Amino acid sequence: MMITAEKLKEMQDVYKTAVSLRLEKNDRNEQPTVFDVLICGGTGCKSSGSKEIQRQLEYELAARGMLDKVHVVQTGCHGFCENGPLMIIYPGQFFYCRVKPDDAGEIVESHLCNGRPVERLLYYDPVDGKPALTAADVSFYKKQKRIVLEHCGRIDPEKIEEYIAVGGYAALVKALTEMTQDKVIEEVIDSGLRGRGGAGFPTGKKWSFAKNAESDKKYIICNADEGDPGAFMDRSVLEGDPHRVLEGMAIAAYAIGADEGYIYVRAEYPLAVQRLKIAIQQAEERGFLGKNIFGSGKDIMLHIKEGAGAFVCGEETALIASIEGRRGMPRPRPPFPANEGLWGKPTNNNNVETYANVAQIINKGAAWYRHFGTAESPGTKVFALTGKINHTGLAEVPMGITMREIIYDIGGGILDGKKFKAVQIGGPSGACLPEELLDLPVTYDSLTEVGAMMGSGGLVVMDETTCMVDVAKFFINFTQSESCGQCTPCREGTKRMLEILTRITEGGGSESDLELLEILARNIKQASLCGLGQTAPNPVLSTIKYFRDEYEAHIKEKHCPAGACESLASYIITDACKGCGLCARNCPVHVITGKVKEKHCIDQERCIKCGTCYTNCPFDAIIKE
Amino acid sequence: MSLVEKKSAYRDDSVPKQSCIDEILNTYKDEKGALIPILQHTQNLFNYLPKSALLYIADKTDIPISTIYGVVTFYSQFHLQPRGRNIICVCQGTACHVRGGKIILNAVEKELGIKAGHTTENLRFTLETIACLGACGLAPVMKVNEDTHGRMTEEEIAKVLAQYK
Repeated sequence: MMITAEKLKEMQDVYKTAVSLRLEKNDRNEQPTVFDVLICGGTGCKSSGSKEIQRQLEYELAARGMLDKVHVVQTGCHGFCENGPLMIIYPGQFFYCRVKPDDAGEIVESHLCNGRPVERLLYYDPVDGKPALTAADVSFYKKQKRIVLEHCGRIDPEKIEEYIAVGGYAALVKALTEMTQDKVIEEVIDSGLRGRGGAGFPTGKKWSFAKNAESDKKYIICNADEGDPGAFMDRSVLEGDPHRVLEGMAIAAYAIGADEGYIYVRAEYPLAVQRLKIAIQQAEERGFLGKNIFGSGKDIMLHIKEGAGAFVCGEETALIASIEGRRGMPRPRPPFPANEGLWGKPTNNNNVETYANVAQIINKGAAWYRHFGTAESPGTKVFALTGKINHTGLAEVPMGITMREIIYDIGGGILDGKKFKAVQIGGPSGACLPEELLDLPVTYDSLTEVGAMMGSGGLVVMDETTCMVDVAKFFINFTQSESCGQCTPCREGTKRMLEILTRITEGGGSESDLELLEILARNIKQASLCGLGQTAPNPVLSTIKYFRDEYEAHIKEKHCPAGACESLASYIITDACKGCGLCARNCPVHVITGKVKEKHCIDQERCIKCGTCYTNCPFDAIIKE
Repeated sequence: MSLVEKKSAYRDDSVPKQSCIDEILNTYKDEKGALIPILQHTQNLFNYLPKSALLYIADKTDIPISTIYGVVTFYSQFHLQPRGRNIICVCQGTACHVRGGKIILNAVEKELGIKAGHTTENLRFTLETIACLGACGLAPVMKVNEDTHGRMTEEEIAKVLAQYK
């Protein structure tokens, strides 16, 4: 029998009671008697001890006989990882940060028993110093628009009931019962959704290619091989709202006519794998996935494939090779996977965040989705804010917002009051953008114009102490070691670039090196087989373009302006020296001289720049330049 | 103990594990392209991939040993050398890099007296680096076995490592 929209609505009403505290607006005038306490169980908060907090809280509740009144829920990531472990208490959406297990007693006694929020655990805004009582008051969340992360941190990711309670699987039922395959694809095309994995190809168009390919068998793939260093949004979605991704995949499978699919997850994400396994099992038990889903006569079998550690497997043809059990090496396209993909069959491949957008587009329509973002890049994008920034975490914002708003309004500005230097966007394929581009609206096309790319959405903020040549070297070192070695431009070219950059950071660079880097970069971009090689030079090109003076300082003056390149640093003893002689005794090459109780001196010619004197000086009298 | 002796110690140990490999092969016998999960499970069994096990898998699956070797050496997850009881992964991702991931790595190397990619003589620790753990909010981060340790400082390294015997 078909499970219809009405039947699903009945289920939703039943399960709703369990999450009602989190859905309804609260009248704060009276002291509530029942509570939902949400503790973040994302990877970040878990490693800072959220599990122990939960145990301690349950112990305190049991001691007061309150377990039946307080519902403790372990949720997925709330996004504000910098201040974890996070706890949110409903009704009222009270927001506690940096909670410790020892705080459990006070939270129960003060907040849950006596209605007095624990003030010292609230979030205090670094700008005005005022406390934020609820999550909505926290500056980090104010400018966000959560579509993909809507349920992350609000529901228990290990309970399908909670996903159904917040309207889950309604889009899949709607697609199966009210929409033809073409209608689903049309809706996604109209929404303007573009691939969130980085390249930004229109999702609906991709689906139509796979739909139009004739075959007895088709596949669907979810790329969860989030390999960009500094990006963790896909991980958070999988850990915090796995059913959302499954629902998006199932809708795509229906649209293109696939009956089987794979989720290719990075090996480094064990928690995501575990939660996906639970989610698939629960969905199959209810007939939402598997054979004859919702009684519609359609089958959708989803499997998990764990990656084995290779960045290049994020490239779709390499990913397919890896699922087939081979070395994950890309192949030339065409034929595109939409015509010849997994096992030679038509295959559609999107990333986690793309699939996580689909359910809401089907539920609320393309016109609703287009309310957010810009005409060319509709919708929202999840960014992972990291580096030298006050609010590290995940932020979902409408496209078209400026970089400045993301870094300063949401990210809370630069750590330790230092000066902003650059923001790296798009991972190893992206670029470092300088201060003068901070007011650039963030869309797929605007980023491409300035030599960057959206990539998966990692934003790494760098301050004045970060050396841009060192950053370029860091990324080339990464792509060089992750190159699959199949094509010469990428394999040899990135290696030569790394050699040149290493030379520059060690003081051996010559003036022709910059030109040589640019020629190499151009050749690698034009001649490489796959996206990895074609974009690998971007971090080098963008740093040369926007921070040429830093390269020149390394080459001409043998000086690192940021003081980050060890081989170019010089250590100098200042007048604060008390003449204790500790540095002279510690120096492994005995080049520090001076009389007791008099200022000492380092022989710069013979100094090996190990930094031992600098780290051990009891009077902080040694500076690094 | 020399590397050769270490290997033979593992090899003796591998004999009763043959039936376990049979079990793994049996689980995947009807699945297309299951070489990678087979190798993953086999590695779980031994902590690394001994040559004898790879030859056995080649024999039973009719996949040429050269193909298997190609796959094993392609993916960073697979190891052909015995590994320590505890695996330390120091994150060298971008976020950790700008927050001092390199300093943490150097300090761990100094503490253990080995370089990244190596195992201590007593097989207590294997030290590795990783491109990103995805816990950038806690940078710099290192992982020991399944535990993620965030906001690391040089001073804390010895304390963290002491928890693992």
